[in-house]
Amino acid sequence: MSNQTAMINRYKWYEMIAIYAGIALFLIFVLSPFVEGFLVSLKPLSRLFSSPYRFWPEHGSFDAYVTMWDSVPGFARYVFNSIFLSTIATAIVLVLVVPAAYAFARFEFTGRGPLLAAFLAVNMFSGAVLLIPLFRLMRSMGVLNTYAAMIIPGVAFLIPTAIWLLRTYMIRIPKELEEAAYVDGASRFYTFRRVILPLAMPGITVVAITTFIGAYAQQFIFALTFNSKTEYMPLPIGLFAYFGRQEVIWNELMAASFVGIAPAMIVIFFLQRYLVSGLTAGAVK
Amino acid sequence: MNAKRSAVIFAWMLLLPAVLYISAIVIYPLIDTVNLSFTNASLRKTYNYVGWLNYDKIFNETFAAVIIRTFIWTFFSVLIKMIIGTFGAIMLNTAVPGRALFRILTMPPWIVPMAIGIFMWGWMYNGQFGMISGVMQNWGLVDGPVAFLAYGTTAFWATVVTDVWIGVPMVTLYMLAAIQAIPQDLYEAAWTDGAGRMYRFRRITLPLLVPSLITMSMISLISTFNSFDIIWILTQGGPSGSTTTMIIDTYKTAIGSYKYGEGAARAVLICIFLSIFCFFYFRVTNRLSTETAR
Repeated sequence: MSNQTAMINRYKWYEMIAIYAGIALFLIFVLSPFVEGFLVSLKPLSRLFSSPYRFWPEHGSFDAYVTMWDSVPGFARYVFNSIFLSTIATAIVLVLVVPAAYAFARFEFTGRGPLLAAFLAVNMFSGAVLLIPLFRLMRSMGVLNTYAAMIIPGVAFLIPTAIWLLRTYMIRIPKELEEAAYVDGASRFYTFRRVILPLAMPGITVVAITTFIGAYAQQFIFALTFNSKTEYMPLPIGLFAYFGRQEVIWNELMAASFVGIAPAMIVIFFLQRYLVSGLTAGAVK
Repeated sequence: MNAKRSAVIFAWMLLLPAVLYISAIVIYPLIDTVNLSFTNASLRKTYNYVGWLNYDKIFNETFAAVIIRTFIWTFFSVLIKMIIGTFGAIMLNTAVPGRALFRILTMPPWIVPMAIGIFMWGWMYNGQFGMISGVMQNWGLVDGPVAFLAYGTTAFWATVVTDVWIGVPMVTLYMLAAIQAIPQDLYEAAWTDGAGRMYRFRRITLPLLVPSLITMSMISLISTFNSFDIIWILTQGGPSGSTTTMIIDTYKTAIGSYKYGEGAARAVLICIFLSIFCFFYFRVTNRLSTETAR
């Protein structure tokens, strides 16, 4: 059987060339901004603004990676803020989602289907549509220009995907385990905490990772609108302020971007298997 | 009976925190948006109800142009995303050495903070020194520098391309999972009958991918329609409104000019469009899942 699969998948030499050419074309599109951004970060500023255009840097150096710490004063703070905001958001999402996903996965009650659909429907609104009332809400709660103003609305839009993913995982836990616990006289809450939670840990980990990445990647509109204090800005907004200046020091901006995304890149590299399974578990029925 | 009832109560207790949260942060603002759309709310503390005035003000030629532009922008972005993403998925599904690495390399645009990827595109589109203009000049495709973001048409397509770039990894990984979910024995049977690679692709892979293609297009349609960051960072809706989509227009009206009432009316229209998309999404996916069950 696997032998047959191997034979089906054997390519002729020209098919191999065509496949690698196709992959190369695809990856050039996906990766060229990163390659160009990285090369820009290596070019001295004077070389950057010279024509004709040269792809490879001459006199390339990592100077920008040193000087950017002075020219983007809040940089370390921005990175810290980004990680802090994502961590708190992920924690809140988990507290809300783990019990809810268990309820959707295991209990029969009237309105379960419509309620789940309602949760998923939240995904169709972006923050931009609800910005005006959310702004008024944050103002009346008195949290404008604080971390909370960026976390509270952000969490709501991370909940639907997290519920969907975790519910899919929890459905697969055998029912007999809970029934055995009930027979032994365990309460529902005890069973949830001592039987289900440990068994669901791998699924919860995947949800935590995808939620964190989502929270890290999507920090923009709420931070742009609900916070104007430099010391609370997450990385994208901090760099956006820098990007909007009259004379952008591009090599330093690119260097700062690369240092800023390094944590995310490391996470992808080590956890990519979880990321893919997290995405596809929810997507393909 | 009693046990069943206590189970239902327990389930609702588990759900309550999440339900309350969504009610406060999504449902209440949604109702408030509709409410505000009938007022002249602004930065002032008080506001009055003005009836349909905000909606009357919207319906003019400028706004019609915004709606049409939004739909063209969304249509092409989704279409190109689906084509490139599906192409990538087919390529990454081939059994060639290095494919595990290639799959990892697909992910960065999706995982990296969106804004940072967009900064890089901002540089690429730079007319004097950016890569695209530079390479085009070196190859003799254009005579002088092209400042992509400075002209209406090029800015429009530049924002589409960046949106495609952000969306492609998700489409690729989704379609890749869909391709891998196709039972392998179909291919083996076809292979035994002497069917060639292209024939198997055309008669097995493509037809079985249609449901996933439709589902992904609908998901992509909804998120693309909501796209804000890309246009705001690259052009802020300019030059002279050529990249102003409904979302950007709403943001400019509400947050830029503090006209909350008029902004809310625009947001309500967006919600109506999104609900229509969502309705079709649920209809289509329901139909697809009953068809496959049959």
